[in-house]
Amino acid sequence: MPVQYYIFLSIALFCIGVMGVLMRRNAIIIFMCIELMLNAVNLLMVSFSKMWADAGRVDAGSAQLFVFFIMVVAAAEVAVGLAIITMVYRNTHSVDINILNRLKN
Amino acid sequence: MVLSVIALISALGVVLSKNPVTSVLCLIVTFFTIAGHYIMMNAQFLAVVHIIVYAGAIMVLFLYVLMLMNLNAELEPQKRNWLKYAGAISGGALLVVLVAALRDASMPALSAQPTEVGLIKNLGQILFKQYVLPFEVSSILFLSAMVGAVVIGKKD
Repeated sequence: MPVQYYIFLSIALFCIGVMGVLMRRNAIIIFMCIELMLNAVNLLMVSFSKMWADAGRVDAGSAQLFVFFIMVVAAAEVAVGLAIITMVYRNTHSVDINILNRLKN
Repeated sequence: MVLSVIALISALGVVLSKNPVTSVLCLIVTFFTIAGHYIMMNAQFLAVVHIIVYAGAIMVLFLYVLMLMNLNAELEPQKRNWLKYAGAISGGALLVVLVAALRDASMPALSAQPTEVGLIKNLGQILFKQYVLPFEVSSILFLSAMVGAVVIGKKD
């Protein structure tokens, strides 16, 4: 199976995530689309790791460790982000991101 | 491949569904298909960690927040519909640009025989020898994220 297959799959998942961030106005769904984009990048990195392992490189495991660190950062980001969303909901009783434009002025 | 088709359909379901709980369930299906891809590419440790962290922890956190907020009855207001079309068109344009840029790239094919890279023994060797400093930094990041979440979420 060629690597292009995984490249195109990752591109499609990433673009679906971008579309979701641009289209939806629910802050929680925007967070989920960010997770989707991170996972598209992870999938691409794992397929490149497999490609390098097939080529006989000894350091092909570094890509998989990068995926591991991306998961760590995503978990921390979700914890803080959901705390912020909960705080916003407690103050405004909505998670619509258009409510948040009062930060503008 | 069947897994990829399921992944794409459920990813579209995340974006297009009206109910946020449906979005969460579609995202869990997407994560399981991505974990299936990891197993197919001999990254067993990453597949297990992916399922534990995402489907087990992050999605439960999302569901918990959704339950706490009781958003089921609330629908997004339908005004400013052109923004949705603009978002869809720009996402599709990004898709077209990336596919057109990478269509002619020549890449080797992935072989079917298993590799030893993704096993936890090899990854542990790399993690605790070569990447031990980022590992410790990520532990500090986790600690500060935990403290930050508690401080933000505290009832003042």
